[in-house]
Amino acid sequence: MRFMLLMIPGGYGDAPPGTMPDAAAVAEMMVYNEALGKAGVLLALDGLHPPSMGARVTFAGGKAAITDGPFSEAKEVVGGYWMVQVHSREEALEWAARCPAGEHDTIEVRQVMEFSDFPADVPSGGGIA
Amino acid sequence: MSENVAGRAIDAVWRIESPRLIAGLTRLTRDVGVAEDLAQDALVAALEQWPASGVPANPGAWLMTIAKRRAIDRFRREDLGERKRDEFGRVELARQEAAPGFDASLDDDIGDDLLRLVFIACHPVLSRQARVALTLRLIGGLTTAEIARAFLASEATIAQRIVRAKRTLTEARVPFEMPRGADRAVRLGSVLEVLYLIFNEGYCATAGDDWLRPSLCEDALRMGRIVATLMPGEAEVHGLVALLEIQASRVHARIGQNGEPILLLDQDRSRWNRLLIRRGLEALDRAERLGGPLGPYALQAAIAACHARAIVPEDTDWVRIAALYDALLQAMPSPVVALNRAVAVGFAYGPAAGLEAVEELRSEKSLEGYYLLASVRGDLLARLGRGAEAAFEFRRAAAATANLRERTLLLDRARAAGDVDSAARRSTSS
Repeated sequence: MRFMLLMIPGGYGDAPPGTMPDAAAVAEMMVYNEALGKAGVLLALDGLHPPSMGARVTFAGGKAAITDGPFSEAKEVVGGYWMVQVHSREEALEWAARCPAGEHDTIEVRQVMEFSDFPADVPSGGGIA
Repeated sequence: MSENVAGRAIDAVWRIESPRLIAGLTRLTRDVGVAEDLAQDALVAALEQWPASGVPANPGAWLMTIAKRRAIDRFRREDLGERKRDEFGRVELARQEAAPGFDASLDDDIGDDLLRLVFIACHPVLSRQARVALTLRLIGGLTTAEIARAFLASEATIAQRIVRAKRTLTEARVPFEMPRGADRAVRLGSVLEVLYLIFNEGYCATAGDDWLRPSLCEDALRMGRIVATLMPGEAEVHGLVALLEIQASRVHARIGQNGEPILLLDQDRSRWNRLLIRRGLEALDRAERLGGPLGPYALQAAIAACHARAIVPEDTDWVRIAALYDALLQAMPSPVVALNRAVAVGFAYGPAAGLEAVEELRSEKSLEGYYLLASVRGDLLARLGRGAEAAFEFRRAAAATANLRERTLLLDRARAAGDVDSAARRSTSS
């Protein structure tokens, strides 16, 4: 089964454009990433620029509207993710617990939907490829 | 922490830590069986203590410390008996290594130990079945019960298989070191074969099966990725990982709603997992960049990659696939590979060329009565407009297969080919 570990760094909601984690934190995180790789569980990972460099597309009234970041109402924003393939939810949680995260950070652990989670009559390619 | 929650958390830690733990302990004790016993002792201690104390900050180090303490106790006990001086050395070693602060410096060696353990679990002195069970147990971190469920065997059977395997390794005095020279290639071949066997066992699982069966694919992939990080210079390891990633990408497309197998060219490609395909292509790229002729796994991965790259079946690069089958036939001569090559030739250069390649195989003893030979021949004949001959081949294939669904499908094709032929004859005679 696959899980997405979503990193929600403290204070990332209003981080200015171009904000990067400091070198020491990156070095620590690379050791962690390497451990995930060596254990054969890491499928993918990425870091995301702060919301101040992003935008939101909303659909009020069924019409797409674009708002540039940052978004004052959003305090908890995703800063990156790991996708892992493990045997159990507990194993995903154990890996998340080993992350060298800062004290204001949160990792949200979410299971990835598989085709087999859907009833057999769901048409293929339903946006979950 | 409630007992059940703690139990599951400990299971997770065990799965993550046990391969490295057992590897380190095998280096210490030079005996896989003893190492696993010590690791189990540590696990029992964790099960006793962690529900109350919580999982420690560094559970791997905690388990290793307990296991080493038990090792020292054990060696001491044995020293009181008739053991000789080399065992004494082991006690000293154990004492040193149980010293605090040693683990950090040890970490680089852990990878080497783990690789040695992989090679021991896949040692050719063991039967294939034993290698598979021991590998899942020691490297995959599966329990005996899980292995039994996955292989539709009784727990007692698997337990006995593992006990015997460990005894065989001890009796054969298999050294805890990486094989060298000519032996190395043979031993690596066995490691890759064991991983491929485990993957295929999972791949063959059907809809009603216990979920542990298909999860064998994930276990094989996980172990393959581990070996690839430990042997980054071995092209065939990357080749095997590439093959497994790409095959795994099709897991949700290859079985129909009623459990019927769906052939590659008929699969709904939107159900292929793009992430696994990308990982497979990257692994294949690593194998190719290492240079030298590709081995059988990398070649099969390269063929699988041709299919994976095609968004629709019509985009398939059959010329390249046919060439890769030529190379595969050289690296791994087999009539089944030759038959697959004929299919590729039929798509790349037309049914006449494909038929010519099939004709060469008709004298092949091992393919005699093999329904796919008749079926492939029927397909090529049908495409050449030789309907009556095609219908004959499809009927022959239908008679040769034991699979009911397959038989129905082939008889349908026989009827269709026969109809086309009689219609063609009517139109030419009128």
